[in-house]
Amino acid sequence: MADSLIEMTAAETARKVNARERSAREIALATFERVRRTDGEVGAFLTLTEDLALAHADRVDERIAAGESLPLAGVPLAVKDNMCLRGTQTTAGSKILLGWNAPYTATAVQRILDAGAIPIGKTNLDEFAMGSSCENSALGVTRNPYDAQRVPGGSSGGSAAAVASYESTIGLGSDTGGSIREPAAFCNIVGFKPTYGRVSRYGLIAFASSLDQIGPLTRSVEDAALAYDAIAGVDPMDATSVDVPHESTATSLRQDLKGLRVGIVKEYRAKSLGPAIDEVYAKAYADLETLGAEIVEIGLPTADYGIATYYLIAPAECSSNLARFDGVRYGLRVEGNDMAETYDRTRAAGFGPEVKRRILIGTHALSSGYYDAYYLKAQKARTKIAADFENAFGACDVIAAPAAASPAFRLGAKSDPYSMYLMDYYTIPVSLAGLPSISVPCGWARPDDGAEEMPLGLQLTAPLFGERLLLGAAHAYEIATKHAKKHAPRIGVRA
Amino acid sequence: MIGLECHVELKTATKMFCGCKNEFGGEPNTKVCPVCLGFPGALPVPNKKAIELTIKAGLAFGSEIPRFSKFDRKNYFYPDMPKDYQISQYDMPLCKGGVVEFWLENGARGECRLTRIHLEEDTGKSTHAGSSDGRLAGSTYSLVDFNRAGVPLMECVSEPDLRTAEEAVGYLEALKRTFVQLGVSDVKMEEGSLRCDANVSIRATGSTTLGTKAEIKNMNSFKSVRLAIESEIARQIELLESGNRVTQETRGWDESSGTTHSQRSKEEAHDYRYFPDPDLVPLEFEAAWIEELRSTLPDPPFKRYVRYVDQYELPTKNAAQLVENPAWEVLLDGAVRRGVKPKSYANLLLGDVAKKQNEDGLSEPAATFTIPASSEFVKLIENGTITSKAAKEMFPRIWSGEITDPAEYVKREGLAQSSDRDEIKKFVDEVIATNADAVAEIRKGKERALQFLLGQVMKASRGKANPALVNELLREAIGSG
Ligand SMILES: [Zn+2]
Repeated sequence: MADSLIEMTAAETARKVNARERSAREIALATFERVRRTDGEVGAFLTLTEDLALAHADRVDERIAAGESLPLAGVPLAVKDNMCLRGTQTTAGSKILLGWNAPYTATAVQRILDAGAIPIGKTNLDEFAMGSSCENSALGVTRNPYDAQRVPGGSSGGSAAAVASYESTIGLGSDTGGSIREPAAFCNIVGFKPTYGRVSRYGLIAFASSLDQIGPLTRSVEDAALAYDAIAGVDPMDATSVDVPHESTATSLRQDLKGLRVGIVKEYRAKSLGPAIDEVYAKAYADLETLGAEIVEIGLPTADYGIATYYLIAPAECSSNLARFDGVRYGLRVEGNDMAETYDRTRAAGFGPEVKRRILIGTHALSSGYYDAYYLKAQKARTKIAADFENAFGACDVIAAPAAASPAFRLGAKSDPYSMYLMDYYTIPVSLAGLPSISVPCGWARPDDGAEEMPLGLQLTAPLFGERLLLGAAHAYEIATKHAKKHAPRIGVRA
Repeated sequence: MIGLECHVELKTATKMFCGCKNEFGGEPNTKVCPVCLGFPGALPVPNKKAIELTIKAGLAFGSEIPRFSKFDRKNYFYPDMPKDYQISQYDMPLCKGGVVEFWLENGARGECRLTRIHLEEDTGKSTHAGSSDGRLAGSTYSLVDFNRAGVPLMECVSEPDLRTAEEAVGYLEALKRTFVQLGVSDVKMEEGSLRCDANVSIRATGSTTLGTKAEIKNMNSFKSVRLAIESEIARQIELLESGNRVTQETRGWDESSGTTHSQRSKEEAHDYRYFPDPDLVPLEFEAAWIEELRSTLPDPPFKRYVRYVDQYELPTKNAAQLVENPAWEVLLDGAVRRGVKPKSYANLLLGDVAKKQNEDGLSEPAATFTIPASSEFVKLIENGTITSKAAKEMFPRIWSGEITDPAEYVKREGLAQSSDRDEIKKFVDEVIATNADAVAEIRKGKERALQFLLGQVMKASRGKANPALVNELLREAIGSG
């Protein structure tokens, strides 16, 4: 009974709550019951906000009783712990912020709560969203709901695992270089990164400001569209949020792909991810064609420069964004004999190795004498990468590609940072270009080590502000292939 | 050679990147929000008014306003600075170039080129507690007040065109006058709304190579700028004449000892790692908007000063005083157009009008004080129609607008100065008759008593008697003349 409540999609939940067949309170209670049974194994949440959730649920039930209709009435929501939620601990997965209670709420979080969603808790992430496995969290281990020995992906691994294991219906994540799409692929769910500037970043703890973008993780494209509709739109508190009229996407999802030109990247095709995986993607492209799409080959000549470019720009911005964590105003403070020593000790104790590595890279890339050779050159490469995409969109409407370079890997398997960085080979160029992009489940493949099959994600990318087109295409693919329907996590569920 | 860098706090309602009030003082940390405190997740949104005021300041000095500008981050760790970077402008300031023209007390004029004017945010303010003198050394703890953090700060950087401490002060006064006139800033130095650093270097007469410069930090009064520069020039001359060399360094100014002292040498200079702030989009201005701003600018104070001295032939001291009150410009020009001598009208402004404004606590004359009435009024004084005594009686009614046609009023009230001997003789006889004591004193040689009687006659004639004639007739009647 309880499980049937939490296994509903957001669309079903909202429909039932709006029709007063179910109350937001009973859904919230069922969700917490599920979390109590499940999260010991999965480890998706850093903080549970039960009191707040019930207060919200009651408020939603009152609003419905008063005749209102809310697009996400009673829908459980998991929030990545780099987004502020007033009065709750917000850590960004770092020791340096442990114990810090946000004094305000992020715009995107506020908007989705206003739409009727119920905040279940704050989810684990790679420290300051830096990582592709969730293993860089200073505060806990999150496991892939399909294999407890494997990572859920990152950095939004907690939100992805929560949604995949039915501990929440919607997860909010943030994507800087693939941090929504990659964990979605690893956890067999949908992960959607909107156009840069479509969703306000106000209240999102910055990693790399020019790349960070909030987006939803869900078990269906329709739910992603519903969540996106709730959070999108210009925000006077974010100068980089764009004032392009937002049209509802959830109400215009298409059923087929007739007339859609889907670009397959020549440079990607030349790269084998292993025969089993290649086969899954070949099948996915064939399915798109069966649905009426025209497959065209396109070129992205700068594809190989994405990672190098990203690993200059993102660390440069992060070195500056993370300067404020200095032990003076909030969070951890380790006293020294003077101010400089206090800074040194606080930051030495508060930040983990990956964060320190990126701060050092970024500081070096921005320092005088190296700025032109590194940061400026990276900015120029970024412009070229964006131009490549623009050019490619002359020949196609959306671009199809893998969402990650492999299925979920084992915990601890990638000990050198560079091999981890390579995971985001397909997602990073899209982020550098600021484009909207989605990962939808597209099949299963046995990992290299011969373990049980793990899910894979198909990445679809559209031109700037092409959200409607993109979600429509993803929806048509999803309902035709039913890969998402095979959603059955192997851990964290009642035996 | 002296170059100045001035930080001016702008007079906006709210801070540079958030909606907090931009006001001086108040309980510490009461005018703060997540944005100006640099809290995790908070984002800056630029204040359009601050950008507008900075561009206006640049336009007033003839700066070029580039169509594109942007904000950059200046990265360094500092406990007063919430984000540990300051949002500032690096290579694309709002205003480039320009010239500040100024005058000195002795009437000499000068000019100094501007390098740039850019916009940034202010930091908070630390108080060090537990030490006897409020300094960091010896203090046991520090308190930070972030009320000022995020206040818009305009930085004006000059070329090293100034030669003396007097010129530096003249330049600063020119900046201050212009900013106050444009409403850009109140320039209240005691509230820290204008702070100044000076770069000082000396060179031998005839030499074209600049000497090594020293930077004097954070002077916050015109007096300390003057004294610090004088003291620094003297120090550098002494160093060179004794065979030593000047080292490039930052020096602090110590008000109590009247000397500068070394703070840190430039060798350990910061690498600020400037880069474009990714939280803020680049700025692009429409040419039409800049032109619209330009068209709203009043005459700059220097231009008015020059006009008053060169065209109206007013004494430099009076011209400088008139410039201080921008609202007087329209009155003075209006009166001159009506044929009033500039000097006569200036006297009225600097005398009765200034006094009245002061008494009534007004920053400019009341609206009831009109050009036609006041011009006519000054003409009546100028051509001797009314005596100064009668003028004093009439002024409050000119001010309040009660008298709109002074000539008609004088005629109606019979206030025109009278030189009619017979008429005045009557008043004289009357006064002599009723003031026998005074008459006796005059006869004993007490000249002051004569002044008393003159006053009595003026009073009896309601101020219209020609004072020279009264004097003559009094002496005649008493027989002391
Ligand atoms: Zn504020």
